[in-house]
Amino acid sequence: MTDLAAPEALPKPKRDLLPVLLPVILALAMAPLIGSASSWVTLTVASLAMGMMIFIMASGLTLVFGLMDVLNFGHGAFIAVGAYVATLVLLPLAGWVQADSLLLNLAVLAPAALLAMAVSGALGLVVERVLILAVYGQHLKQILMTTGGLIVAEQALYALWGPQIIPLPLPTSLRGSFIIGDIAIAKYRLLAMLVGLVVFLGIQLVLNRTKIGLLIRAGVENREMVEALGYRIRRLFLGVFMVGSALAGLGGTMWALYREQVHASMGNDLTVLVFIVVIIGGLGSIGGCFIGALLVAMVANYGGFLVPKLALVSNILLMVAILMWRPRGLYAVTSR
Amino acid sequence: MTDLLTLSGVHTHIGSYHVLHGVDFGVPAGQTTMLLGRNGAGKTTTLRTIMGLWPASSGQVTLAGQRIEQRATPDIARLGIGYVPESMAVFSDLTVKENLILAARDAALDDSRLEWIFGFFPALRRFWLSRAGSLSGGQKQMLSIARAIVEPRQLLLIDEPTKGLAPAIVVALIECFAEIKRRGATILLVEQNFNVAQQIGDSVLVIDNGRIVHRGDMAALAKDTALQEHLLGLSLEAHQ
Repeated sequence: MTDLAAPEALPKPKRDLLPVLLPVILALAMAPLIGSASSWVTLTVASLAMGMMIFIMASGLTLVFGLMDVLNFGHGAFIAVGAYVATLVLLPLAGWVQADSLLLNLAVLAPAALLAMAVSGALGLVVERVLILAVYGQHLKQILMTTGGLIVAEQALYALWGPQIIPLPLPTSLRGSFIIGDIAIAKYRLLAMLVGLVVFLGIQLVLNRTKIGLLIRAGVENREMVEALGYRIRRLFLGVFMVGSALAGLGGTMWALYREQVHASMGNDLTVLVFIVVIIGGLGSIGGCFIGALLVAMVANYGGFLVPKLALVSNILLMVAILMWRPRGLYAVTSR
Repeated sequence: MTDLLTLSGVHTHIGSYHVLHGVDFGVPAGQTTMLLGRNGAGKTTTLRTIMGLWPASSGQVTLAGQRIEQRATPDIARLGIGYVPESMAVFSDLTVKENLILAARDAALDDSRLEWIFGFFPALRRFWLSRAGSLSGGQKQMLSIARAIVEPRQLLLIDEPTKGLAPAIVVALIECFAEIKRRGATILLVEQNFNVAQQIGDSVLVIDNGRIVHRGDMAALAKDTALQEHLLGLSLEAHQ
């Protein structure tokens, strides 16, 4: 038997940690500019919470693009539908929402979030079968079809609930802040950070520790070879699309509670934001999406505090800067 | 000997290009059949057509008596075909182990089978937990072939496995293919290196401009310099 000459150890792949360190560097760099420690902590926690919610909304979009090569400009519809479905649960049960009991608050919040995910996921199934299936591999048609889908969804929400902004109060237990010295940390922001972290770790766990995750990672890299190994990748596509839609629904619910309001155009408004995050992170990269969401939120919060006028364009400036540095985003996964 | 795979009147279009023009051939069961031809003759297209990656526009593809030309690629693969593409197509973000776990499909990795594979390709054991993207070209080729044989397959379609590889690795691949054949698998192998082809092949097909222009014993073609020059534009003697 031929013993092939092979080096005893492969050259270790370079660990690209700079993008991971960017949020930390940014936060530390902002501290002296902000001056007050309490303001810095408040802004940093707000950024982390906002970033986590944006990540939840954007994670599905980046997975869908990475695996399916689908540009879904209708992703915002899942966000808005999720928020409205949660509203359908939370408003009629306002008594439980306003009760001064964490148990009662969670007893209404958890089903609302789960139902929002279920409906958004089911809507994802319909959209994939009706709109996406016919236009796989055709980016221009995907943009037209999904943008049209977003407009239809938005108009349907206007037709069903009207143009007014619907107030969505936070559950009583999640109102207010924890006070540590002269630092106030909003309770809901902590919850948002926790949920975002759980979603991120959950996705990482599935992608790295399960066969489905292996298939998704392999499919992002080479769909054709996955099929040649005998896997029906279309079913995987559908599953990922539904999960991505469900996560958008969860993100929409959390965002609506964060803003304490729901309106029909929220999906449209957030579409640009989640696309910026996905592009910054590198199309198809969950890790990049996570860091991109944090950076977008940090720039928005720090920028809004230091130079309020800059807040209007901060996301675009960030995206331009990142793409000038790394034209394929922080962590490029796919060459598409 | 009965044919495990037969192609009959197969035409394949890629976009507006008509690449295969009525390809007819059979691959005898238990043999290694070489598919030779110049660049652009249609070798890779033939393998991809069999796999359903570029489906046949017309004609019949039959595997062990079952028509497969209308089936989707995953269903064709599940009939027991292992495919090693020219690009190797290892999943570079996955480790060697993860690449093989995916290739094993529904079952867990079989330790004795792995030991058999490691016998040919010890580097795969050594870099078991390394990312496939960090392997050398030769090691990626070993992984690509290991992926196709990690479970028993009745037919292997292998596209230019020795391209650009060091001689030591080519020798290992030749041994590997001989052993796979001894275990009863049928192989259809595309190869540009005629010297390698004549060591591996039992029978040979030559394709030119999307048509099979020669079929016969490999040994006979290896001896016939004039025919080699006529079919392939080179001879084994010139190649050595």
